[in-house]
Amino acid sequence: MPYRVHCMVCAGTGCVSNRSLDVRDALEKELRKRGLEHEVQIVTTGCNGFCAVGPLMVVQPDGIFYQQLTTKDVPQLVEEHFVKGRPVQRLMYTPPEAPAPIPKMSDIPFFKHQRLIALRNRGLVDPEKIEDYIARDGYQALVKALTQMTPDEIIEEITRAGLRGRGGAGFPTGVKWRKVREARGEPKYIICNGDEGDPGAFMDRSIFESDPHSVIEGMLIGARAIGARYGVVYIRNEYPLALERIQIAIQQAREYGLLGENILDSGLDFDISVTRGAGAFVCGEETALIASVEGRLGDPRARPPYPAESGLWGKPTCINNVETWANVPPIILNGWEWYSQIGTERSKGTKVFSLVGKVRNTGLVEVPMGITLRQLIYDIGGGIPGDKKFKAVQTGGPSGGCIPAGMMDQPIEYVAPDGKHEARDYLDLPIDYESLTEVGSMMGSGGLVVMDEDTCMVDVARFFLAFTQDESCGACAPCREGTKLMLDILTRITQGHGTMDDLRALEEIGWVVKQTSLCGLGKTAPNPVLTTLKYFRDEYIAHIEAHKCPAHVCRELNTYRIDPVICVERGHGCGVCRRECPEKAIFGEKNQPHRIDTTKCKKCGVCVDVCHFNAVIVE
Amino acid sequence: MELATVEGIIRRHGAQKSALIAMLQDIQHEYTYLPEDVLRHLSRTLNVPLSRAYSLATFYRAFSLKPKGRHPISVCLGTACHVKGAVKILEKFERELGIKPGQTTPDLNFGLEQVRCLGCCGLAPVVTVGQDLYGKVTVPKVDQILKRYQKQEAAHAKT
Repeated sequence: MPYRVHCMVCAGTGCVSNRSLDVRDALEKELRKRGLEHEVQIVTTGCNGFCAVGPLMVVQPDGIFYQQLTTKDVPQLVEEHFVKGRPVQRLMYTPPEAPAPIPKMSDIPFFKHQRLIALRNRGLVDPEKIEDYIARDGYQALVKALTQMTPDEIIEEITRAGLRGRGGAGFPTGVKWRKVREARGEPKYIICNGDEGDPGAFMDRSIFESDPHSVIEGMLIGARAIGARYGVVYIRNEYPLALERIQIAIQQAREYGLLGENILDSGLDFDISVTRGAGAFVCGEETALIASVEGRLGDPRARPPYPAESGLWGKPTCINNVETWANVPPIILNGWEWYSQIGTERSKGTKVFSLVGKVRNTGLVEVPMGITLRQLIYDIGGGIPGDKKFKAVQTGGPSGGCIPAGMMDQPIEYVAPDGKHEARDYLDLPIDYESLTEVGSMMGSGGLVVMDEDTCMVDVARFFLAFTQDESCGACAPCREGTKLMLDILTRITQGHGTMDDLRALEEIGWVVKQTSLCGLGKTAPNPVLTTLKYFRDEYIAHIEAHKCPAHVCRELNTYRIDPVICVERGHGCGVCRRECPEKAIFGEKNQPHRIDTTKCKKCGVCVDVCHFNAVIVE
Repeated sequence: MELATVEGIIRRHGAQKSALIAMLQDIQHEYTYLPEDVLRHLSRTLNVPLSRAYSLATFYRAFSLKPKGRHPISVCLGTACHVKGAVKILEKFERELGIKPGQTTPDLNFGLEQVRCLGCCGLAPVVTVGQDLYGKVTVPKVDQILKRYQKQEAAHAKT
């Protein structure tokens, strides 16, 4: 008997850490207890993207969305929903300020504005079952590519679709494929770059975890088009679950004859191996990645020759990002016309973004290219929590920049893809490769970190420089020395010892590092500093001249005191700050106002975090 | 130092020099660090200079030349965690354990590391202890997390 209802329990990393597997087990037990195990099927899926409200579960076919489930909720859920047929309102999602919960997933604003191509199967398949993928038209595109298309036709299809590399640089995928196809040397290699190093981005992890076969199918189609014999999936060391799932998927594909020799009787021989990264950000750069696969230090080298001519083991190699590969099957299946209708003039299709930081609905979203920051942050992201003011959004990780939103009404010159100049404000900036580069940032892998008035832009710049300085491999002097110098200056400024000359020095060094570094890491490392200097110069000046951090983040510049009235009237002198203060610098009795001994205070700010009554004032 | 484990690892990778990084990862996993005599044995068996193994061991973040704690704690300092106050979480661990990032407690119970994004930014700030992941961590929550593993260790010590 077929199942009446399917419970899709999210088992992405986020939900698992919120004990979604315990919820699944409890559900299984309860269903058995009620004799419903043959009517209600439980499916463990990959990440749904709405990590902020996990653990979550979608009941199909109605698409009822349950959130923040605990094992305690399970008996009521089974009784009401599966026995009596009454979905449980209490466990549904209610947006802030909304009068009632929204039962259906497709009506929730977070999901409503999304368009899923790379993530088309998320939450709908069990990533550890190839049958689920096949049931959702999986490997159909491969069959089409093998039986109805020549390699040239496949490359033509991808080229005309306008697919561009999703790893950040946006190089046209079809052009790259053709170069590798035409390059001399055998065997040819395909690499899936899953060394997702940008902090704040996790779409590659999510694709591996929720739909690994989409990557394998994309690589197979690529192999047919390029004439590659071997594939390598390079996966970041920090992603154990993603590693496990891609390994399971590769094994299943082999068992089904979709990897190996003479695939589907077409004469295509192709197999994939997995290489685990060992924790080096620079290995996301393609030449460093290849060195790492070969068992060497992840040092980048000068290009040309590009990997398309001389890559892995000196042979022609096609490297594409995880998300790029996942986009390939739908393009082949639905045709380039379908794909190229989505997006903007020069950036086609969709992009997966991780929407994180100071935004209500944190998580992973896939949206058409050209969507505006306003739509992303407010319509999908639900705005900024706690009535704070939206200050900036950081895109592109350590290689990107900060786009300001404080000047919402100040239009900027935006060069539209058709060359016309238009005035737009930043929030209405359509997100595509060109427009982000235009404002000094970049698409990068798609991390969008939202920042509010409590975020210090000098501190953010320092944070990224500390990152790139630490991750710089040291092979070329501009990056090795330049990032160090810039970090020293930024640290000085955040400690209140900066001078106005430092700002000019930052800009000068920044431009030199950009122009003269060997690889992408150094060429982009100054971006966070240069964009914050451009858009938030007043914050730098406040640190230097007034010795103040306007966002109260740079602790050396803060002073702390406790408001005696709030402390007693609201908090009744609860003493949590006294207990938590690592320096024992807070004094006071219960029901009495507490005070900070500023001679002992090391300005760590713990008291601010632990006070439930906002009695600690930072100045 | 028993070398049967490393022999097994070398065999599993077909004694291929190109799999050196993968072997080091397995050694790191088995021993919780890369012991000097194991590295020497590896370099002799594969006929690669010890300096090459050493350069890999010090270049890649996944490797350590000193033993890691039984409960390795990683505090994420990615962008999302940073803007949500991860530094204070790290400092709280430093205070409670009396060690700095990269160090291990003298009883080898806990090791402390800072990592650059675990890809769980929706749950920032994030901390992992071994295989367990904790999201939306606050300063007071750090005590609860540590207590859990201290209890385990105490129970372990009794038996």
